[in-house]
Amino acid sequence: MLLLIEQCLNGLQFGLLLFLLAAGLTLVFGIMDLVNLAHGSLYMLGAYFAATFVSWTDSFVIGAVLALGATLIVGMLMEVVALRRLYGRDHLDHVLGTFGLILFFNELVRVVWGPAGLSLPLPMWLISPIEILPGLFYPAYRIAIIVTALAVAVFLYVLVMRTRLGMLIRAGASNREMTGALGVNINLLYTMVFGLGAALAGLAGLMQAPILTVQIGMGENILILAFVVIIIGGIGSIRGAFIAAILVGLIDTIGRAFLPDLLRAVFNSRTAATVAPAMSSMMIYLLMAVVLMLRPEGLFPVSSK
Amino acid sequence: MKSLLAPRHAVIAAVVLLLLALPAYTQLTGNAFLVTLFTRIVILAMAATSLNLILGYGGMVSFGHSVYLGIGGYAVGILAVEGVRSGFVQWPVGIAVCALFALIVGALSLRTRGVYFIMITLAFAQLVYYFGVGLDRYGADDGLSIAQRSSFAGLIDLSNRAVFYYLCLALLLGTIFLTSRLVNSRFGMVLQGARSNERRMRAIGFPTFRYRLTAFVISGALCGLAGALLANHTGFISPATMHWTRSGDLIVMVVLGGMASLFGPLMGAVALLSLEEALPVLIRAAASPLGADTAVRMAEYWQIVLGPLFLLVVLFARGGIDGVLRGAQRA
Repeated sequence: MLLLIEQCLNGLQFGLLLFLLAAGLTLVFGIMDLVNLAHGSLYMLGAYFAATFVSWTDSFVIGAVLALGATLIVGMLMEVVALRRLYGRDHLDHVLGTFGLILFFNELVRVVWGPAGLSLPLPMWLISPIEILPGLFYPAYRIAIIVTALAVAVFLYVLVMRTRLGMLIRAGASNREMTGALGVNINLLYTMVFGLGAALAGLAGLMQAPILTVQIGMGENILILAFVVIIIGGIGSIRGAFIAAILVGLIDTIGRAFLPDLLRAVFNSRTAATVAPAMSSMMIYLLMAVVLMLRPEGLFPVSSK
Repeated sequence: MKSLLAPRHAVIAAVVLLLLALPAYTQLTGNAFLVTLFTRIVILAMAATSLNLILGYGGMVSFGHSVYLGIGGYAVGILAVEGVRSGFVQWPVGIAVCALFALIVGALSLRTRGVYFIMITLAFAQLVYYFGVGLDRYGADDGLSIAQRSSFAGLIDLSNRAVFYYLCLALLLGTIFLTSRLVNSRFGMVLQGARSNERRMRAIGFPTFRYRLTAFVISGALCGLAGALLANHTGFISPATMHWTRSGDLIVMVVLGGMASLFGPLMGAVALLSLEEALPVLIRAAASPLGADTAVRMAEYWQIVLGPLFLLVVLFARGGIDGVLRGAQRA
């Protein structure tokens, strides 16, 4: 039972991380109608920036904040220099162009940081486990991730639904020309939205960095998962992304944790160890295929279009 | 027939002649690497051509097309491991499994549109990718070595480099010919009509779903054949062949070369794969004044040039290589 709770928390933590990545992606997709494959590169950059700044400043928090700012700036530069020119073009053009950006950023990271991976050590106060239930110890860092991501989710909801900026974002999403005609600087608005998405991706990357190694190409597999999340949730819907992200996170983690034992009943243990992770990954794509077959526009379609 | 002399046709003819003459050239110079490289280019051009049938002519962006390369390859690999070495069995099995898989995927995904179609084809491809990762008996993540190329009962010897190259080239040209017959037939007209305006095609009375599904299956089957060739060429098959970035490569080839153009995917494959080989050499040459060591180190970072190049193609060369050549023709 304790194991189940612990794995559910792990799933929740992974799902929330996916949400951070997916939120930026779904904003950019829903508002600018841009398929940004290079979103995973921003995730990678966030992790690299964090590893560097933390070792420079010797403080996890200051390093993380600096890394967030740096990713935000890179994201806005990326939008101004390249992606702005791709709005209104065919999705295939987006795929080709941003695929090129992935190559560029992977190689840039190799030039700047070298081919070997980095690691981001945790500060002492985040290492020790906390007893959250009698007898159940859970790593403080993972709790910190859950709390941060939930706070970001609330912040995003308030930002989009309750502020003037959010109103402009929603207006820009439903009718770009009209919003521009009413005197809103739509270019600046888009750059800001893109920067926000980039910062969220960077945040996901830097929070994941202490758990995994920081390496080139780390954004590519998780990017596809983030795409799955926004498709299941319905493109442009932050609420959908939130629910789908937690669903995908739970399925992935719980599948990985419990399928090996289930499969061991059928196969020998070596086979079970190979097949189980593959099967839990397959379940996610199966979920997406089923959702799309039943609801071709995702769980929470944005009806305005 | 003045148009035969137009730059576009001249370039196509030059590329095809070059491909035909390549083994003779390498025989003279003894550069065996070129044949290996170009066999790979020809096989991937065939895969890209098959993708172009649905992507360019049918408007169906399949973001999971490398899965058919993988299935075709695994058909060869798995049968070889189980002791069936005959290409007469291996290749048709690969093609048939691909056709069947495409039929299932197509039937389930063609309901969706646009980005959702892109993502659902990706989802099915990822399913097979992870299935491959979980194939414990056949190497799982590490893949499967194929000791011998498919045998064709002494009719044709695939272990001979030049013979294998010409077989691949013949199959590529056959695929292009088949595509040209298909898209210029009534079937192709309906397919292209459905790309431009599906509602109108249905209103005229064409059951567009069936046409699109048929094209999807043909495309998958052709790509499966390319997969069988690729596995024979590398003597190796692993889930990495089906990774989503490989599907991205195929899309890049089609878009780079020119969508809905018969020879576009071939141009795209030649351009992309020879750039991958040539860029390091070019960078090394350009950086040589900075010292040999620096030049070699800079040449390693060739992708930093290739990436932005894609972006430039998207921004300034609409319609890819074929589009540029067409533009030159008009001027």
